[in-house]
Amino acid sequence: MDIKRRNFLKVAGISTLAGLGGTAVVDRLVAGAGVAEAAAGGGHGAQQASAGAVRYGMVIDVKKFYDDPGLGDKAIKACHQFHNVPQFPDKRDEIKWIWMTHFENAFPEAPNHYQDEANQKKQLPILCNHCDNPPCVRACPTKATFRYEDGIIGMDYHRCIGCRFCMAACPYGSRSFNWREPRPFIVDINQDYPARTRGVVEKCNFCVELVQIGKLPACVEAVADSKALVFGNLNDPNSEIRQILKEKYTRLRNPSLGTLPSVFYIV
Amino acid sequence: MYDSGKIIPGLIVFVLFITIPIWYNRGSAGAPPKIELPKDAKTCVLPAAEIRAKHMQLLNVWRDEVLRDGQRANIEIEGKQYPKSLMLTCMKCHTSKKQFCDPCHTYAAVKPYCWECHLAPVE
Repeated sequence: MDIKRRNFLKVAGISTLAGLGGTAVVDRLVAGAGVAEAAAGGGHGAQQASAGAVRYGMVIDVKKFYDDPGLGDKAIKACHQFHNVPQFPDKRDEIKWIWMTHFENAFPEAPNHYQDEANQKKQLPILCNHCDNPPCVRACPTKATFRYEDGIIGMDYHRCIGCRFCMAACPYGSRSFNWREPRPFIVDINQDYPARTRGVVEKCNFCVELVQIGKLPACVEAVADSKALVFGNLNDPNSEIRQILKEKYTRLRNPSLGTLPSVFYIV
Repeated sequence: MYDSGKIIPGLIVFVLFITIPIWYNRGSAGAPPKIELPKDAKTCVLPAAEIRAKHMQLLNVWRDEVLRDGQRANIEIEGKQYPKSLMLTCMKCHTSKKQFCDPCHTYAAVKPYCWECHLAPVE
């Protein structure tokens, strides 16, 4: 045996010391990397638009939609016609960007067995909330749905792989999946806006293609004279939408979820 | 060489066999496709040679700038404004997909999937 007990103990001691020191170094490196990652702004979730100069939002005056049942149809028709939204005969295939629903469906956090008659019978419009903390954007594995710096949650159909994680993530049901080829079901096609293909998810895009060139969304434009829908910059304290928010009591849909919607309802 | 009487004819047959695509299609390369250029527009967003070689990259760049970065400012050529858009710029001059896009794409055996969503002008 060439190794003496004395030498063995020396080697064992040094190895133990090196091991202990080594873990400390590794720990420190790992901690450093964690700090660096946190500083980079945290991976998949987008930075909140509430910090920027522009955050687009909408105020919906429910009362005006209750008073004039034709108003909702006008807004829906303008939106769906402009964006080539298909009209499938089967309800299971339905594609919706903006649609009418009852109060209890739009605001399930306000349960009330004794709703007033207007809330029971009449319908209000709902659409994508363009949340400041959007769960769909976090869920999307390809970043096909993403947030513009102005707070609009956009869809890039080129990237959508149809996994429908965003549909599971969205608590408002604002997203629809193209189960079938939509092209044959588009009535009155708009040649200036693309259609979609089978296997992608679509939703309201706050008319990003109009808003970003200084126009108003199609639905807002369609009901412009009633002022039932008001669109504007939430981060500008002098904008029309902020004046309305200052004067009127507004509600968000499902505020307890912490999604921070950009669509406000005057109820 | 042993069995050269079998090996050499065998090799010849093998070479002829694997070059079937070359000699079978000999002389039938086909005329280059003829495309119909727009009659009233004289300038494109890029010089002809460049747009011919790089239109697919340009469309991808436009797509990323407009859709993802929100840079929707028009491009200006000879005082005229053009949006960065396949449907709103390219296809407004090249009004026929069948006469302009398809001949080359068919000839080059490429199948761009633009048209699964984007709408070609009505012909």
